[in-house]
Amino acid sequence: MAAQILFFLLATVAIAAGLGMLLSRNPVGSALWLVLNLFCIAGLYLTLNAEFIAVVQILVYAGAIMVLFLFVIMLLNLDVLPEIKDIEWKKVFGFTLGMGVLGLLSFVVASSLDILPNEISARRAAEVGSATSLGEVLFTQYALPLEVIGILLLAATIGAVMLAKRKPV
Amino acid sequence: MLAEYGPFFIQLGLAIVLAFAFLKGAALLGPSRPNRIKQMPYESGMDPIGTARTRYSVKFYLVAMIFIVFDVEVVFLYPWAASFERFLDAGVGLEVLGVVTIFVIILAVGLVYDIKKGGLEFD
Repeated sequence: MAAQILFFLLATVAIAAGLGMLLSRNPVGSALWLVLNLFCIAGLYLTLNAEFIAVVQILVYAGAIMVLFLFVIMLLNLDVLPEIKDIEWKKVFGFTLGMGVLGLLSFVVASSLDILPNEISARRAAEVGSATSLGEVLFTQYALPLEVIGILLLAATIGAVMLAKRKPV
Repeated sequence: MLAEYGPFFIQLGLAIVLAFAFLKGAALLGPSRPNRIKQMPYESGMDPIGTARTRYSVKFYLVAMIFIVFDVEVVFLYPWAASFERFLDAGVGLEVLGVVTIFVIILAVGLVYDIKKGGLEFD
Protein backbone atom coordinates (compact mmCIF):
# COMPACT_ATOMS: atom_id res chain seq x y z
CA MET A 1 0.00 0.00 0.00
CA ALA A 2 2.79 2.39 0.95
CA ALA A 3 4.53 1.41 -2.27
CA GLN A 4 1.44 2.32 -4.29
CA ILE A 5 1.09 5.72 -2.62
CA LEU A 6 4.79 6.34 -3.22
CA PHE A 7 4.46 5.24 -6.84
CA PHE A 8 1.66 7.67 -7.63
CA LEU A 9 3.38 10.47 -5.71
CA LEU A 10 6.66 9.95 -7.59
CA ALA A 11 4.92 9.46 -10.92
CA THR A 12 2.99 12.72 -10.51
CA VAL A 13 6.13 14.66 -9.61
CA ALA A 14 8.02 12.99 -12.48
CA ILE A 15 5.39 14.01 -15.02
CA ALA A 16 5.20 17.51 -13.56
CA ALA A 17 8.99 17.82 -13.75
CA GLY A 18 8.94 16.54 -17.33
CA LEU A 19 6.37 19.19 -18.26
CA GLY A 20 8.44 21.78 -16.41
CA MET A 21 11.45 20.76 -18.48
CA LEU A 22 9.54 21.16 -21.73
CA LEU A 23 7.82 24.40 -20.82
CA SER A 24 10.72 26.18 -19.13
CA ARG A 25 12.04 28.91 -21.42
CA ASN A 26 15.48 28.86 -19.85
CA PRO A 27 17.68 25.95 -21.05
CA VAL A 28 19.50 25.69 -17.71
CA GLY A 29 16.12 25.68 -15.95
CA SER A 30 15.04 22.85 -18.22
CA ALA A 31 18.12 20.89 -17.23
CA LEU A 32 17.33 21.35 -13.54
CA TRP A 33 13.75 20.17 -14.09
CA LEU A 34 15.23 17.11 -15.75
CA VAL A 35 17.31 16.47 -12.61
CA LEU A 36 14.10 16.42 -10.55
CA ASN A 37 12.57 14.05 -13.09
CA LEU A 38 15.58 11.70 -12.89
CA PHE A 39 15.41 11.70 -9.09
CA CYS A 40 11.75 10.66 -9.28
CA ILE A 41 12.62 7.86 -11.70
CA ALA A 42 15.28 6.71 -9.21
CA GLY A 43 12.55 6.66 -6.55
CA LEU A 44 10.38 4.58 -8.88
CA TYR A 45 13.22 2.08 -9.25
CA LEU A 46 13.31 1.86 -5.46
CA THR A 47 9.60 1.06 -5.35
CA LEU A 48 10.36 -1.72 -7.86
CA ASN A 49 13.00 -3.07 -5.42
CA ALA A 50 15.86 -2.34 -7.83
CA GLU A 51 18.07 -0.54 -5.32
CA PHE A 52 21.33 -0.72 -7.27
CA ILE A 53 19.76 0.73 -10.41
CA ALA A 54 18.19 3.47 -8.28
CA VAL A 55 21.54 4.54 -6.85
CA VAL A 56 23.23 4.35 -10.26
CA GLN A 57 20.42 6.42 -11.75
CA ILE A 58 21.20 9.23 -9.30
CA LEU A 59 25.00 8.83 -9.52
CA VAL A 60 25.34 8.59 -13.27
CA TYR A 61 22.27 10.29 -14.72
CA ALA A 62 21.38 12.96 -12.17
CA GLY A 63 25.07 13.52 -11.43
CA ALA A 64 27.36 12.93 -14.37
CA ILE A 65 25.10 13.05 -17.43
CA MET A 66 23.46 16.24 -16.20
CA VAL A 67 26.88 17.87 -15.94
CA LEU A 68 27.41 17.01 -19.61
CA PHE A 69 23.97 18.37 -20.52
CA LEU A 70 24.74 21.63 -18.75
CA PHE A 71 28.10 21.90 -20.49
CA VAL A 72 26.48 21.27 -23.86
CA ILE A 73 23.91 23.97 -23.12
CA MET A 74 26.73 26.36 -22.24
CA LEU A 75 28.80 25.32 -25.26
CA LEU A 76 25.99 25.70 -27.76
CA ASN A 77 24.84 29.00 -26.32
CA LEU A 78 21.14 28.20 -26.69
CA ASP A 79 19.47 31.53 -26.43
CA VAL A 80 16.39 31.56 -28.58
CA LEU A 81 13.67 29.13 -27.66
CA PRO A 82 10.21 29.34 -29.26
CA GLU A 83 7.65 31.14 -27.11
CA ILE A 84 5.05 29.00 -25.37
CA LYS A 85 2.34 30.37 -27.64
CA ASP A 86 4.37 29.56 -30.76
CA ILE A 87 4.52 25.85 -29.95
CA GLU A 88 2.26 23.86 -32.25
CA TRP A 89 0.06 22.35 -29.59
CA LYS A 90 -2.02 20.39 -32.12
CA LYS A 91 1.04 18.42 -33.22
CA VAL A 92 2.19 17.85 -29.63
CA PHE A 93 -1.27 16.71 -28.58
CA GLY A 94 -1.64 14.47 -31.62
CA PHE A 95 1.75 12.87 -31.10
CA THR A 96 1.10 12.24 -27.39
CA LEU A 97 -2.31 10.77 -28.10
CA GLY A 98 -0.94 8.62 -30.93
CA MET A 99 1.86 7.24 -28.77
CA GLY A 100 -0.64 6.54 -25.98
CA VAL A 101 -2.91 4.59 -28.35
CA LEU A 102 0.12 2.72 -29.73
CA GLY A 103 1.20 1.77 -26.22
CA LEU A 104 -2.29 0.63 -25.28
CA LEU A 105 -2.70 -1.42 -28.47
CA SER A 106 0.75 -2.99 -28.05
CA PHE A 107 -0.12 -3.94 -24.50
CA VAL A 108 -3.40 -5.55 -25.60
CA VAL A 109 -1.71 -7.44 -28.45
CA ALA A 110 1.18 -8.56 -26.21
CA SER A 111 -1.12 -9.73 -23.43
CA SER A 112 -3.38 -11.60 -25.85
CA LEU A 113 -0.30 -13.33 -27.36
CA ASP A 114 0.83 -14.08 -23.79
CA ILE A 115 4.38 -12.80 -24.32
CA LEU A 116 4.43 -10.40 -21.37
CA PRO A 117 7.03 -11.26 -18.72
CA ASN A 118 5.63 -12.99 -15.67
CA GLU A 119 5.09 -10.99 -12.55
CA ILE A 120 7.78 -11.70 -9.97
CA SER A 121 7.44 -11.41 -6.21
CA ALA A 122 8.90 -8.45 -4.33
CA ARG A 123 11.30 -10.76 -2.49
CA ARG A 124 12.67 -12.17 -5.76
CA ALA A 125 12.94 -8.67 -7.25
CA ALA A 126 14.93 -7.43 -4.26
CA GLU A 127 17.20 -10.44 -4.59
CA VAL A 128 17.85 -9.86 -8.30
CA GLY A 129 18.12 -6.09 -7.95
CA SER A 130 20.86 -6.06 -5.32
CA ALA A 131 24.44 -5.19 -6.26
CA THR A 132 25.63 -8.52 -4.86
CA SER A 133 23.63 -10.74 -7.19
CA LEU A 134 24.31 -8.36 -10.09
CA GLY A 135 28.05 -8.66 -9.46
CA GLU A 136 27.80 -12.42 -9.29
CA VAL A 137 26.66 -12.70 -12.91
CA LEU A 138 28.40 -9.57 -14.24
CA PHE A 139 31.93 -10.81 -13.52
CA THR A 140 31.39 -14.47 -14.41
CA GLN A 141 28.67 -15.08 -16.99
CA TYR A 142 28.86 -11.58 -18.51
CA ALA A 143 32.62 -11.05 -18.23
CA LEU A 144 33.07 -10.54 -21.98
CA PRO A 145 30.33 -7.89 -22.29
CA LEU A 146 31.98 -6.15 -19.32
CA GLU A 147 35.30 -5.94 -21.17
CA VAL A 148 33.45 -4.69 -24.27
CA ILE A 149 31.96 -1.94 -22.11
CA GLY A 150 35.51 -1.15 -21.00
CA ILE A 151 36.54 -0.74 -24.64
CA LEU A 152 33.49 1.45 -25.29
CA LEU A 153 34.48 3.71 -22.39
CA LEU A 154 38.05 3.76 -23.70
CA ALA A 155 36.74 4.85 -27.09
CA ALA A 156 34.75 7.61 -25.38
CA THR A 157 37.86 8.86 -23.54
CA ILE A 158 40.04 8.83 -26.65
CA GLY A 159 37.31 10.40 -28.77
CA ALA A 160 36.82 13.24 -26.29
CA VAL A 161 40.58 13.88 -26.08
CA MET A 162 40.93 13.72 -29.88
CA LEU A 163 38.16 16.24 -30.46
CA ALA A 164 38.85 18.68 -27.65
CA LYS A 165 42.63 18.54 -27.56
CA ARG A 166 43.32 19.12 -31.26
CA LYS A 167 46.67 20.84 -31.71
CA PRO A 168 46.35 24.14 -33.57
CA VAL A 169 47.94 23.67 -36.99
CA MET B 1 11.81 -4.67 1.25
CA LEU B 2 10.48 -1.20 0.54
CA ALA B 3 9.69 -0.83 4.22
CA GLU B 4 13.44 -0.97 4.88
CA TYR B 5 13.67 2.35 3.06
CA GLY B 6 11.15 3.98 5.38
CA PRO B 7 13.84 5.85 7.36
CA PHE B 8 15.48 6.89 4.10
CA PHE B 9 12.30 8.46 2.77
CA ILE B 10 11.62 10.09 6.14
CA GLN B 11 15.10 11.63 6.09
CA LEU B 12 14.66 12.71 2.46
CA GLY B 13 11.36 14.36 3.32
CA LEU B 14 12.87 16.05 6.38
CA ALA B 15 15.78 17.35 4.32
CA ILE B 16 13.44 18.86 1.72
CA VAL B 17 11.14 20.37 4.35
CA LEU B 18 14.10 21.74 6.31
CA ALA B 19 15.69 23.31 3.24
CA PHE B 20 12.48 25.11 2.31
CA ALA B 21 11.80 26.03 5.95
CA PHE B 22 15.20 27.72 6.26
CA LEU B 23 14.82 29.59 2.97
CA LYS B 24 11.27 30.69 3.74
CA GLY B 25 12.11 31.46 7.38
CA ALA B 26 15.05 33.64 6.43
CA ALA B 27 12.88 35.52 3.94
CA LEU B 28 10.07 36.01 6.48
CA LEU B 29 12.07 36.78 9.63
CA GLY B 30 15.08 38.60 8.24
CA PRO B 31 15.05 42.29 7.38
CA SER B 32 14.88 42.99 3.68
CA ARG B 33 16.49 46.21 2.53
CA PRO B 34 17.53 45.61 -1.06
CA ASN B 35 19.47 48.20 -3.01
CA ARG B 36 21.05 48.28 -6.45
CA ILE B 37 24.49 47.13 -5.38
CA LYS B 38 23.20 44.30 -3.20
CA GLN B 39 21.10 42.94 -6.06
CA MET B 40 23.95 42.85 -8.55
CA PRO B 41 25.04 39.34 -9.59
CA TYR B 42 28.04 38.29 -7.52
CA GLU B 43 31.16 37.57 -9.55
CA SER B 44 34.08 37.08 -7.17
CA GLY B 45 33.78 40.62 -5.91
CA MET B 46 34.26 42.16 -9.35
CA ASP B 47 31.70 44.17 -11.25
CA PRO B 48 30.11 41.67 -13.67
CA ILE B 49 31.02 42.26 -17.31
CA GLY B 50 28.89 41.16 -20.27
CA THR B 51 26.16 38.52 -20.21
CA ALA B 52 26.31 35.13 -18.51
CA ARG B 53 25.55 33.51 -21.87
CA THR B 54 28.94 33.47 -23.52
CA ARG B 55 30.36 30.43 -25.30
CA TYR B 56 32.40 28.24 -23.00
CA SER B 57 35.65 26.57 -23.96
CA VAL B 58 35.41 22.92 -25.03
CA LYS B 59 38.05 22.14 -22.37
CA PHE B 60 35.31 22.03 -19.74
CA TYR B 61 33.51 19.42 -21.79
CA LEU B 62 36.64 17.26 -21.92
CA VAL B 63 36.93 17.30 -18.14
CA ALA B 64 33.25 16.36 -17.78
CA MET B 65 33.55 13.57 -20.34
CA ILE B 66 36.55 12.01 -18.58
CA PHE B 67 34.75 12.37 -15.27
CA ILE B 68 31.79 10.40 -16.64
CA VAL B 69 34.01 7.63 -18.01
CA PHE B 70 35.63 7.03 -14.64
CA ASP B 71 32.35 7.51 -12.81
CA VAL B 72 30.85 4.68 -14.85
CA GLU B 73 33.95 2.59 -14.23
CA VAL B 74 33.41 2.88 -10.48
CA VAL B 75 29.74 1.97 -10.93
CA PHE B 76 30.88 -1.26 -12.58
CA LEU B 77 33.43 -1.95 -9.87
CA TYR B 78 30.94 -1.54 -7.05
CA PRO B 79 29.09 -4.86 -7.68
CA TRP B 80 32.49 -6.55 -7.61
CA ALA B 81 33.17 -5.20 -4.13
CA ALA B 82 29.66 -6.14 -3.02
CA SER B 83 29.89 -9.75 -4.19
CA PHE B 84 33.59 -10.26 -3.43
CA GLU B 85 32.92 -12.52 -0.44
CA ARG B 86 30.66 -14.74 -2.51
CA PHE B 87 33.35 -15.11 -5.17
CA LEU B 88 35.84 -16.14 -2.50
CA ASP B 89 33.35 -18.66 -1.10
CA ALA B 90 32.81 -20.09 -4.60
CA GLY B 91 36.59 -20.25 -5.10
CA VAL B 92 36.64 -18.05 -8.22
CA GLY B 93 38.20 -15.01 -6.56
CA LEU B 94 41.31 -15.03 -8.76
CA GLU B 95 39.44 -15.46 -12.05
CA VAL B 96 37.16 -12.57 -11.20
CA LEU B 97 40.16 -10.51 -10.14
CA GLY B 98 41.60 -11.20 -13.61
CA VAL B 99 38.38 -10.03 -15.30
CA VAL B 100 38.36 -6.85 -13.24
CA THR B 101 42.07 -6.24 -13.83
CA ILE B 102 41.59 -6.44 -17.60
CA PHE B 103 38.65 -4.04 -17.31
CA VAL B 104 40.69 -1.55 -15.27
CA ILE B 105 43.71 -1.87 -17.59
CA ILE B 106 41.54 -1.12 -20.64
CA LEU B 107 40.38 2.07 -18.95
CA ALA B 108 43.86 2.89 -17.68
CA VAL B 109 45.02 2.93 -21.32
CA GLY B 110 42.56 5.78 -21.87
CA LEU B 111 43.87 7.61 -18.81
CA VAL B 112 47.49 7.24 -19.96
CA TYR B 113 46.56 8.48 -23.44
CA ASP B 114 44.77 11.42 -21.87
CA ILE B 115 47.74 12.35 -19.68
CA LYS B 116 50.19 11.99 -22.58
CA LYS B 117 48.04 14.21 -24.77
CA GLY B 118 47.86 16.75 -21.99
CA GLY B 119 44.08 16.40 -21.60
CA LEU B 120 44.33 16.92 -17.86
CA GLU B 121 46.45 20.06 -18.16
CA PHE B 122 44.15 23.02 -18.01
CA ASP B 123 45.89 25.72 -19.96
